[in-house]
Parts: sequence; structure tokens; C-alpha cells
Amino acid sequence: MSVTTSPHATVATGPPRTPRAHWRHRLAERGVDGQLWLLAPAVLFVVLLFLYPFFYGLGLSFQPTKGGPFSDYARFFGDAYQRGTIWTTLGLALPAALLNVLASVPIAYRMRGRFRGKRLVTILLVVPITLGTVLTAQGLLNFLGPTGWFNRVLMALHLTDEPVRLVHNYWGVFFSLIITGFPFAFLLVLSYLSGIDPTLERAAATLGAGWWQRFRTVTLPLLMPGLATTFCLTFVLAFSVFPSAVLVGNPAGETRVISIAAYQAAYEQYDYPYASAIAMVMGAIELVIISVVLLARTRLYTGSSGGKG
Amino acid sequence: MTGTTPGFSQLRLDGVSRRFGSQDALAGLDLTIRTGEFIALLGPSGCGKSTALNCLAGLLPLTAGSIWQDERRVDTLPPERRGFGMVFQNYALFPHMSVRANVAFGLRMRRLPRDEIRRRTAEAIRLVRLEEHAGKLPGQLSGGQQQRVAIARAVVLEPSLVLMDEPLSNLDAKLRLEMRTEIRRLHQSLGLTTVYVTHDQEEALSLADRLVVLRAGRVQQIGSPQTLHTRPANWHVADFMGYRNLWPMRAVSPQGALVAVEADGFRLVGDPMGDVAPGDAVMAGVRPEDVRVGEPGEAATNTMPAEIEVVEYQGRELAAEARTATGIRVHLRTDRRVAPGDAVALSIDPERLLVFPSDSDEAPSAPLADPAGARLAEPGLVG
Ligand SMILES: Nc1ncnc2c1ncn2[C@@H]1O[C@H](COP(=O)(O)OP(=O)(O)OP(=O)(O)O)[C@@H](O)[C@H]1O
Ligand SMILES: [Mg+2]
Repeated sequence: MSVTTSPHATVATGPPRTPRAHWRHRLAERGVDGQLWLLAPAVLFVVLLFLYPFFYGLGLSFQPTKGGPFSDYARFFGDAYQRGTIWTTLGLALPAALLNVLASVPIAYRMRGRFRGKRLVTILLVVPITLGTVLTAQGLLNFLGPTGWFNRVLMALHLTDEPVRLVHNYWGVFFSLIITGFPFAFLLVLSYLSGIDPTLERAAATLGAGWWQRFRTVTLPLLMPGLATTFCLTFVLAFSVFPSAVLVGNPAGETRVISIAAYQAAYEQYDYPYASAIAMVMGAIELVIISVVLLARTRLYTGSSGGKG
Repeated sequence: MTGTTPGFSQLRLDGVSRRFGSQDALAGLDLTIRTGEFIALLGPSGCGKSTALNCLAGLLPLTAGSIWQDERRVDTLPPERRGFGMVFQNYALFPHMSVRANVAFGLRMRRLPRDEIRRRTAEAIRLVRLEEHAGKLPGQLSGGQQQRVAIARAVVLEPSLVLMDEPLSNLDAKLRLEMRTEIRRLHQSLGLTTVYVTHDQEEALSLADRLVVLRAGRVQQIGSPQTLHTRPANWHVADFMGYRNLWPMRAVSPQGALVAVEADGFRLVGDPMGDVAPGDAVMAGVRPEDVRVGEPGEAATNTMPAEIEVVEYQGRELAAEARTATGIRVHLRTDRRVAPGDAVALSIDPERLLVFPSDSDEAPSAPLADPAGARLAEPGLVG
């Protein structure tokens, strides 16, 4: 800044004369204060249950039973059968996560206000969370299986002559991922939506915006960061799919996901370093997808009234 | 004016009511707004002012009544089809849009040509003096600046009716006065029909052509600023319009057009506002500036000895509180240098002491509505 003639301007802006703030003020400015101790349990938890096993596995993955430190990684990527599990898993997890998020938005949008029976609907939508994967798989087999109700109804209506195959293949796992992932996505989106001030849409209405314009220009942009976060969470849940891939999928073929490859390495071949290497690859892929989404998210508005995104 | 919104010659509210559960937030509001008129909706907190605005804007469904724009019924239209602008009590600025984008929003929704949007947006931003902040997000503005954005966003459309919900409540005193003039100027230059909500009687008096005083969802009085100032319809309105002295008394006897009232052996003569029969409980009200301070010992009608208790310095005048010998507390304003403990004689012009029936809040009767505006000479409620 150039030197001005105004005396108080030089006092206010001249760096040499500005006394340094007390160290407590400077720490407080960076959020360092007594409340930091509230983080202690979480830090302990993360160190014990996440960081330690992670670094243990990372170390293990570089100590293969034979060959150099990277030979297990080379083995995984060199084997088309193993390498293909990445695409199989992404092919399940990305569409499932996307569908979960996209389907949650209109339902949560409709349900964000207060109305009669809201609690009942919420409970109904959330029940699958309490079921667990195995029970869901059981239900899917009963309902969508070759002799299940769904096919019996289709055949009774003569819509099809032979049962439609919806389990023990890609679709069985996909449905299972929707059933278990949707409630999470829905609850998250609903809470993000309730964080958006409803008068904003009213203001848009008085300015001549119809419901679709209100949604597109006001609510959706404010919801986007929350949707990105929700997508990441449901993607991670779907990416580590294991029980349903075995129970309602085709674990030897089209739903041989990456966690099955890791399981086989660890508990069928007892090759822990190789299993660790596969787990590390799995983590790296998740990290790449999440980074891409979160990077895109930083370009969005994430301030106040934008849900809690 | 570009004439993007259909104008009207009058907007008629017919028994507009809104209930929340068992509570009447607004009960039977009848009002006819002529084009170009500036109406102030006035009343204490929770009296239903915002409810009335929301009903007008279409943001709250009515539980009874109808709204007519000339011969067209509009209360069944959604807000986006009414074309009324609104300034919200909490601004409701779009947090993810810059000031410029906020102001341009309504123009964009109308799909106006880009040049016109740019020109009118810039003009509106200049009008509220926010040129330097046009690129900022609302979160980076002070409360007062946000309020001005909200005003600009509503008036840039030149709507057929602007609804303003306490638009100046967060400004400092100086800016408030400036913006008040600005709003009045906007109203005059654009010919904007305005319904303006405030709980500040001074603001309402200075801005509005007509005032509507609400209490507990019910209209207490509709009239010109002069009417409300000098002839409040009942003691609740008087209370709201600056009659700080309101004493519960009892009517004694009529004295010509006036009436004598009494409390604790203390007798005054005042102007009856409505049916006051001897023996009735009444409220006698007078503004602090209508209480005259004289030397002790003066004897005339409506003169009472009193002692000054509290004095507040208010620039050219003093605001003081005195207590009469019979224990009544009197608020007064005077340019005499009185001090606590001084013995004085207070006197009130009988014309300025208004005598209201005590129960007049229960059933405000028909003559309360004053469509003609300034009927200065006529008492509000003479039955
Ligand atoms: N959504 C609602 N549900 C229930 N009661 C409500 C609702 N909105 C308003 N009310 C009630 O209706 C009455 C009128 O409210 P309103 O917001 O119109 O008051 P106001 O005159 O604007 O007050 P203020 O000056 O404080 O803004 C209040 O008693 C309030 O409690
Ligand atoms: Mg209000």
C-alpha cells in the first residue's frame, strides 16, 4: 500500500507499528483452545482402530512371501482375473451410490416439511438399516428368486414364461446395495435439506420462480455439497460390499468384487501380505474417487444455510 | 416502467383470516389498497403483521376470506403468479449468489434480455448504494447491507405491489432515516404500491398514506397518520401511538362535549372517544408532550400538583417522570430545566386528554375503518 497522508491510515496499516497479538489470541484465531480436549476420545479411537491396522497392513503388503517389496502389487495388476475385480466393484458401487443419492433427493425434498404421517414414512424407509445385510439377502432370495413372489406374480399375469433371473447375478447385489444404502443416503439428504432455510424458496417464489426453477436455482445448489458427501459415504459402503456379493450374487463370476479377492487371498491361500496389498489397492481406489468428488465439492458454495454440507 | 407486471387500480382484501391451530393469527382483515398507495401495517410483536403479508404474497394459504385484484381473484394463485415483490423480515437472500445475482434473480426468472437485466440490476444496486459490494456474497455483508440487497431485489422488478416486512429494523439510526427517505422516494418515483410492516409508530407515521393498526390478529383502526395520531380509536391504539400516560379512571359526568373523569379523588376533564356514560370505567390518555409544566400553585382545569421524580436529558427537551399527590405517575416532556425533587403544577388541555371506554378493545365497531383517510375533525368512535 502506498503511504497516505491520512495519519490514522498509516497507524492502522503500517506493519511495524502494529503490536503483535498475545499468543493466546493467535492460538484462539487458529481454533486452539481448551475445547480441543473434546477431540481426545476420537483421536484415540482413530489411532487404535484405524491408523494402527492401516499402517500394519501397509507394512505387511510390502513384505511379500517371495519377491521384492512391490511384487504382490505387480501380481495383482498382472493378473487379469484379479485386476478385473476393480471394474466389477466399481460397476456395482458407482451406479448404486449414484442411484441412492439421486433417489433420495426427490423423496427427501417432498418430505422436508411437516406433514401427517411423516414419522411413519421415515420409519418405513429406515427399517432396512436395522435388518442387516444377511437378512436383506434372505429376503431378496425369497422375493426375487426363481420361485419367489415376484416371479410367480409375473408368471401368473403371463408377462413372462420363465422366471426372470434377478438373484445370483449382478442385479441381486445391486438391489441389495440399494436396499441397505438408500436409507443412509435418505437420512443424510433429509438432514441436509432441513438445514436449508425454507424462506429462501419462498423468496424465490415471490420473485417469479416456479417450483422447478426454485429447486434448480436455489435448493439444489445449496444441497450439492451435502449430496457430494452423501455420495462419498454410500460409495464407500457399496465399494466394500462382501456378504451380499456372496449371498445374492455370483461370487465366482460377474460379482467377484475386490473384497472377495482379498478374502480368498487371506483365508483360502493364507497369503496375508497379498491380501494386504489387495486391501491397499481397494483403499487407494476409494481415495481416488472420494478425492475427485470432494475436489469438485470445494468449487461449490458451502457457507451458511447450505444445509450442513 | 417496463410494465412487466399487470397493474391494478385497487387490491381488495375481503375478510382475510389465518388460523394456526386454535389461534387466530389474523382475523377478518378488510382493506382496500389503491394503486400507488403506501400502507403501513402497525402493531406490537406477534399481532399478525407478517402473517398478513404472507397471506398477501401467497406464501400462507388463507383459512377464510379472499383477495381481489380489481375483478380478478388472486388468493388462489401461487406466489410466483401474483407478481408481488417481498422484502422478508430475515432478508432471505440467496447465500450462494453474489449481491448482483441476487438482485438479478427475478429478472432472470422473467427471461428478460441480458442487457436489460444488467442495466436494471446495476441501477437497483446503485439505488441502495451497494455498488462497491456488488460482487460479494450475502454472508460477507453487514446486516444493514443485506437488508438493502433485499430491498433492491424486490423493487428491481417494479412489481405491482411491494410487501416489506420490517425492512429497516436492523439498521442504525442514521442509516434508518436515510433508507426511510429512500423508500419514500422509491415509492414516489416508481409509483410502487407498498404494504409496509413495522412496529415503529414513528416510521409508520412518516412513511404511510394510511395506517392499519393490528392487535392480536384484529384490526383496531385504519386511518391516515393524522387520524391515528390525534384520534386513536381505542386505548390500545393510543398506547401504541405514543400516549404513554394511560390512567384507569371512572367517568363522573358529562360537561358539554367533554366528560369529567375521576380516580382516587383526583378529577380531570377530557374528550370522550366513544360511548362514555357516568360510572363507566375509562382509560384517560395523554401524550407526554401534551402535559404542560407550570409553577406550583397554579389553579385551572386539569391542573395537578406533582413532584418530579426522574429526568432524562434528550437534547433540546427533557423527558421526565412526575408523581402527583394522589400517586399517579405522569410521563412528560418539557424544555424547562426541571430536576428530581422539584414541585411543579402539571396541566393538560382537556382537548388533549382522550377518554376511552375501558373495554373498547373487545368489540371494535364499524366506524373504526376510515376509508376516506383524513377525517381530522371527527372523533374516532362517537357512537
Ligand atoms: N407457523 C406458525 N405456527 C403457529 N403459530 C404461528 C405461526 N406463525 C405465526 N404464528 C403465530 O401467529 C401470530 C402472529 O405472528 P406474526 O409472525 O404474524 O407476528 P408479527 O406481527 O409479524 O410479529 P413480529 O413483529 O414479532 O414480527 C403469533 O402469535 C405467532 O405465534
Ligand atoms: Mg413479523
